[in-house]
Amino acid sequence: MLVIQNLKANIGEKQILKGINLEVKAGEVHAIMGPNGSGKSTLASVLAGREEYEIIEGTITFLGKNLLELAPEERAGEGIFLAFQYPVEIPGVTTINFLKTAINQIRKYREQESLDAVQFLKRMKEKAALVNIDDTLLKRSLNEGFSGGEKKRNEIFQMAMLEPKLAILDETDSGLDIDALRIVAEGVNKLRNKDNAIIIVTHYQRLLEYIVPDFVHVLYDGRIVRSGNKELALELEEKGYDWIKAEIAHV
Amino acid sequence: MNTALSIKDLKAEFVQQFENKQANYKFGSERRKEAIQHFRALGIPTTKHEDWKYVNLLPLSKIDFVPEVLSTIASPTELQPYLLAEKEAYTIVLLNGKYAPQFSTLPEITPKIIITSLAQAFEQHTELVEKHFAQIAFTEKEAFVALNTALAEDGLFIYIADNQVVHKPIIVYFITDAQQQAPQIQIRNLYVFGKNSQATILTKFDTLGNNANFSNLVEEIFLAPNAIVDYYKIQNENENTYHIGTTKVRQDTRSVFSSITVSFNGAIVRNNLDLDLQGEYCEGNMFGLYILKGKTLLDNHTSVNHALPNAQSNEFYKGVLDEKATGVFNGKIFVRQNAQKTNAYQQNRNILLSQDASINTKPQLEIWADDVKCSHGATVGNLDKGALFYLRSRGISEESAKALLVYAFANEIIEKVKVQSLKEYLEFLLSERLQITT
Ligand SMILES: Nc1ncnc2c1ncn2[C@@H]1O[C@H](COP(=O)(O)OP(=O)(O)OP(=O)(O)O)[C@@H](O)[C@H]1O
Ligand SMILES: [Mg+2]
Repeated sequence: MLVIQNLKANIGEKQILKGINLEVKAGEVHAIMGPNGSGKSTLASVLAGREEYEIIEGTITFLGKNLLELAPEERAGEGIFLAFQYPVEIPGVTTINFLKTAINQIRKYREQESLDAVQFLKRMKEKAALVNIDDTLLKRSLNEGFSGGEKKRNEIFQMAMLEPKLAILDETDSGLDIDALRIVAEGVNKLRNKDNAIIIVTHYQRLLEYIVPDFVHVLYDGRIVRSGNKELALELEEKGYDWIKAEIAHV
Repeated sequence: MNTALSIKDLKAEFVQQFENKQANYKFGSERRKEAIQHFRALGIPTTKHEDWKYVNLLPLSKIDFVPEVLSTIASPTELQPYLLAEKEAYTIVLLNGKYAPQFSTLPEITPKIIITSLAQAFEQHTELVEKHFAQIAFTEKEAFVALNTALAEDGLFIYIADNQVVHKPIIVYFITDAQQQAPQIQIRNLYVFGKNSQATILTKFDTLGNNANFSNLVEEIFLAPNAIVDYYKIQNENENTYHIGTTKVRQDTRSVFSSITVSFNGAIVRNNLDLDLQGEYCEGNMFGLYILKGKTLLDNHTSVNHALPNAQSNEFYKGVLDEKATGVFNGKIFVRQNAQKTNAYQQNRNILLSQDASINTKPQLEIWADDVKCSHGATVGNLDKGALFYLRSRGISEESAKALLVYAFANEIIEKVKVQSLKEYLEFLLSERLQITT
């Protein structure tokens, strides 16, 4: 589904991604862990098409298409979804209105009929129940004044509404209380199927107990320095990153 | 009519216009003589004048404007596109500055409510009019007030007596007929609101035809104690419109005046709005929105004078400028020595959508009292990149994302509109301007 080869990206003069290789197949869950500032969110943003980053080398192929040639909205049309680490507050635009526009523009991109008001509301009710998000929140301005946890829940609600093929969850677990974490994880699990894939960026083992990853990668200083199965996450939780850093320094 | 080549000639042309008509004015001939003297002394302001720094009126002198153009509009259907879909309203139409009774639906004139043309009011309600006319719009310092006082022959007179609450909005359509000629129009309005009265005055400016046109509007508005007045000025004229408007408001104790000025179009548009808070516990609100493109130059010049204690003023103007549009925001706040416990807020926020658009924003505070709360701020920016990316990452095209953000920005002012049909009309205009189709 997704193939990243030797991806190098800069912001300004600073190189942040220094040669990433990653392959994600349909049906898989990949977890990406790594110390602060190692480039996890950068990778997520580059996948979603943020224009501030300059790609200096490498390729990203998504379902056979060159992702780097597509605008962010086209990537969404192809099925990429990024749940932001820091969701943006947008005063004056309600979540409902915004999602109606988003869904119908994505459907247009896919050459599908647009949803009418009734169909839209039906889907909204269904998905709001799935992630247990309050109706009144959706009528408010997008993320404006939302608590940290509400913002994260809204991200997953949007994911449920847009039904992406590849969802990238950037620290969706941080800021969620224990109940919310379980609800969000269950929501994500219900959306999983053999045709879609998920990349989870996280610092903690917690979320991975609910959404069990097939692969765990460690991103450090712009490179994936280690990959393993779910046991790796446990090991990291126990020992931290120093042993990996030491190993790299050794090489 | 001769071709004016410079600002000086334009002045001469106006003076000539006065002299030609001098013997035939129906009211105020002494006042007019004095006013034309003042205008002669002041002349048309140039950019050397501090208050006209960013507005070069030279283009005005290059157009052959014609005074007293009679409108050829004969049927109400021609006006239909400009009318608001407000079911319950008093409506009054002025064509090229002249009251058009055939298109107006007004309440019967009673001693409690008078809505009529200024010319008629001078005949029928002489005492009431003379008591207020030219009492707050002075001719000594402001050239366009002087010019208007010398030349204006009609406009609107509204009088709401003490304790009268007018539930229906009073909608005034100022229609400029620029289909055949380039009209030059002087409009003079006088609104008097009695104690405890309440009313909504909605003024809407539109043009028929594409010719150049020039309107010089002067309004005087009086609020007696406890009066509550909502005032709207909506401008969507053609791109060859030159409009200079001066609105003077005097407020007495505990009165509340709230204005919303919305501007979409024009060549040069100047809105002077001056609130004089001459009572304790007054409230003056000034809100504004401008959505400009093309080469429009808009200058919102506002001032509020806090003369007495415990009053508050609240000003908030927002603007979106595209293409080569230029905006000016000038907001003066005066707090006199006596005006303790004043609360005065002022904000101006702008979004520039193109490299060639620009805005000059200038707050001016003069505070002589010591126990006051004043705040002001101005911002000029582009659309937030993070917000744009967030929307686009959800599949929304760049254009739609921009439109959504601009709409949300502007809507903060439109939401303050209390007349439903006007609110819907403004939402429509905004969507149309932003090419939003949903
Ligand atoms: N706009 C920017 N200008 C300069 N440096 C930036 C910019 N954006 C990110 N960086 C830097 O890039 C590096 C990687 O940041 P990134 O957000 O990808 O880290 P992360 O792995 O997601 O960290 P965290 O675990 O704290 O979320 C950091 O050193 C950060 O300071
Ligand atoms: Mg991060």
